[in-house]
Amino acid sequence: MTTATRPSRRRTRWPGRAGHLFVAAYVVLLVAFGVVPTVYAIYFAFTDAGDRFAGVANFVEAATDFRYFSAVGHVALYLLCWLVSLVVFVVGLALVLHRLTSRAAGTALRLFYYIPGALAGAASVLVWLFMLDPSVSPVSFLLRASGFDTFGEVVAPGHLPVLFTMIAFWTGAGGWIVVMYGALNTISPDLLEAARIDGAGTWQTAWRIQIPLLRKWIVYMVILAFAGGTQLFVEPQLLSQASVGVAGRDYSLNQLSYDFAFQNDNVNTAAAISVELLVIGVVVAGVFVARSGFFDAD
Amino acid sequence: MTAPAPGARRSGQRRRRSAGLVLGVAAVLAAVTACGNGGSGTGAESGFQPVQQTGGPLTVWVDSTRLPAAQLYQKQHPATKLNIVTYDGDANGSNYLQTKVSLFNRTRSGWPDVVFSTQNNETSWAVQAGFTAPLNKGQIPDATLSGWAPGANDPCTVDGTLYCLRNDLAQTVLWYNASLMQQWNYQVPKTWEEYQALGQRVATEHPGYLVGTAGDNFTPEIYLWAAKCGANEITGPKAVKVNTTSPACTRMATLLDTLVANRSMSTSSVFSSDFDKNSGDKILMLPGPSWFGGSIFQESLKTPKGQIGVAPMPQWAGETAPSVGNVGGGTWLLSAHSANLKDAADFLTWVTTAPDYQGQVAPGYPANTGAAKAWLAKQTASGYYAGDITGPLQTAAAQVWPGWGYGQFSQEAIWAATVTTGQTAGKTIVSLLPDWQKAITDYAKSNGYEVSQ
Repeated sequence: MTTATRPSRRRTRWPGRAGHLFVAAYVVLLVAFGVVPTVYAIYFAFTDAGDRFAGVANFVEAATDFRYFSAVGHVALYLLCWLVSLVVFVVGLALVLHRLTSRAAGTALRLFYYIPGALAGAASVLVWLFMLDPSVSPVSFLLRASGFDTFGEVVAPGHLPVLFTMIAFWTGAGGWIVVMYGALNTISPDLLEAARIDGAGTWQTAWRIQIPLLRKWIVYMVILAFAGGTQLFVEPQLLSQASVGVAGRDYSLNQLSYDFAFQNDNVNTAAAISVELLVIGVVVAGVFVARSGFFDAD
Repeated sequence: MTAPAPGARRSGQRRRRSAGLVLGVAAVLAAVTACGNGGSGTGAESGFQPVQQTGGPLTVWVDSTRLPAAQLYQKQHPATKLNIVTYDGDANGSNYLQTKVSLFNRTRSGWPDVVFSTQNNETSWAVQAGFTAPLNKGQIPDATLSGWAPGANDPCTVDGTLYCLRNDLAQTVLWYNASLMQQWNYQVPKTWEEYQALGQRVATEHPGYLVGTAGDNFTPEIYLWAAKCGANEITGPKAVKVNTTSPACTRMATLLDTLVANRSMSTSSVFSSDFDKNSGDKILMLPGPSWFGGSIFQESLKTPKGQIGVAPMPQWAGETAPSVGNVGGGTWLLSAHSANLKDAADFLTWVTTAPDYQGQVAPGYPANTGAAKAWLAKQTASGYYAGDITGPLQTAAAQVWPGWGYGQFSQEAIWAATVTTGQTAGKTIVSLLPDWQKAITDYAKSNGYEVSQ
């Protein structure tokens, strides 16, 4: 009797001990580098330089800056290009990869897709700066064939959403393709075979079986890509440096926030923009999670 | 097995869903806040009160070009311990210094004792942020300070107090290829009218050759500053007068448009790889700052010895007062937080005046007149240039038009984002002058300036 009750008492004292230990380190880091800075930013957003409560004055100041609405427009346009291309190409390429019958080709392609993501963010942007300059680019013939003879012509303001999408896709999509490939592997072969016996072709299998079963992974990708996309910064900032100001100096909201903090010495308004980005990210994530049943058990 | 009651199942789903929402929100919160901002500066513009002077090593921030200066000082002054840090020198308006000072102000430590910056407008924020120490209030003797070229330290002066020392001047002159001029029997133009006429001749007689470039970010400083275009007159600590559509501006903009149209003027930057490749050996004339000789012709384009000459910048016909523009010329700042002001001031004085550095090693025309003489003597002795460079450079050093100031907002960045992009889209500079006016006004206002016309 005694031996039978002892383990259960131990479990009662600290149920799920291993699980707690696993997440403890993450929670500490999350609090230190996620929650505390967020609370600090929210404090700044509602106070002035003298630490007095400022209501929404910082938000009004940000919104009345002449660059604000153009930055909102730039980020919105970029998000549209980025999210659409991400979903379409990542899912499409993962499906193609999954259909490859050659194991060696599949492995090689997965590695190939993943490599750009392994480059640090700023380094991969620098690679693109070379690619986009017709005088040094290894694909200058393509640029010239498209009518671009100088770097200035390539980085014209109208081209920036597409350029940033290309850079972001190249640096970030490879990992997602590998994730989607893994997700496709979890679909039971019996299900796919049943579909085939019922007469479904490649397209129908993908559209009616595989993509619906990938829904949660796609939602997860969109939530993270959206939050990352609203924080667009490195690409325009580096492009701005490389083009000596021709492109992207205050293109995105994050750059505007950076300018407020370090050009105008106005951290309160900078924090207000950061808080806006936080609210947008949280609301959109909430809507996606709620509408997709993301956390429902299957 | 007992199936859970329907109510319990719904409740479980709700809990999972709420937990999911909380987790989702937390994940997004963490992702979004990873880029949170922090820190703001302090405004300490009032009287200077040094911190307790405890001595100790000097922390000196320099760019890679000024690294030999700090190293040479260390060699000649072994008793002073230097902690030399290289950074980008705020090149291309990177705002690195301002960013770091803003953070140091918040953490109340970390400021360097002496900083070199390639930007002339650092005092526009550094004084307000309480970073810079006044230099003409006992730190550096007036007799030493009187050795700078007239107007050289204007960018460093706020309300009569000097807050930095100019390292080098970047007065503009007319660089030209003396060999080609002689070969083609052309006269070096003395007026802008002659300059334009020569550009039109070059376009027909020697297509492909250039009389200048209008594709740099400092195009406004080379041409429109020299033309006395009042686009950037700083009239007070936070006041600027902007008028980009005056006859002085439109006349020069028309000249640029004319020469760009006939392709005798490039629309590439002298620093771009395509300029180097396509136009490097096709330069007949190139109006530009004093540092073009070393940086562009000698280092970048590797123009052979004995070809490049210097002439005064052209003037409009009938003008009596000559004027030139200015493109850069770095500054040295002394930190108000330094606990070793004596050694810091000594370093500052040495680095800006010593013939060993400014005369022999420095790449640009020194702002200190004594050092400038030594520098000119060395350049002349090198035999690289064709003809006399001393006269035109010395004369131009005192001719920089004072109607163009050094505000906190970057004129180069505004020009690049407004006029250069417009030019790339096929518009003329004249047609872009109102856009330029609006952009300067907008940026000035967002930096807290009062704007007048």
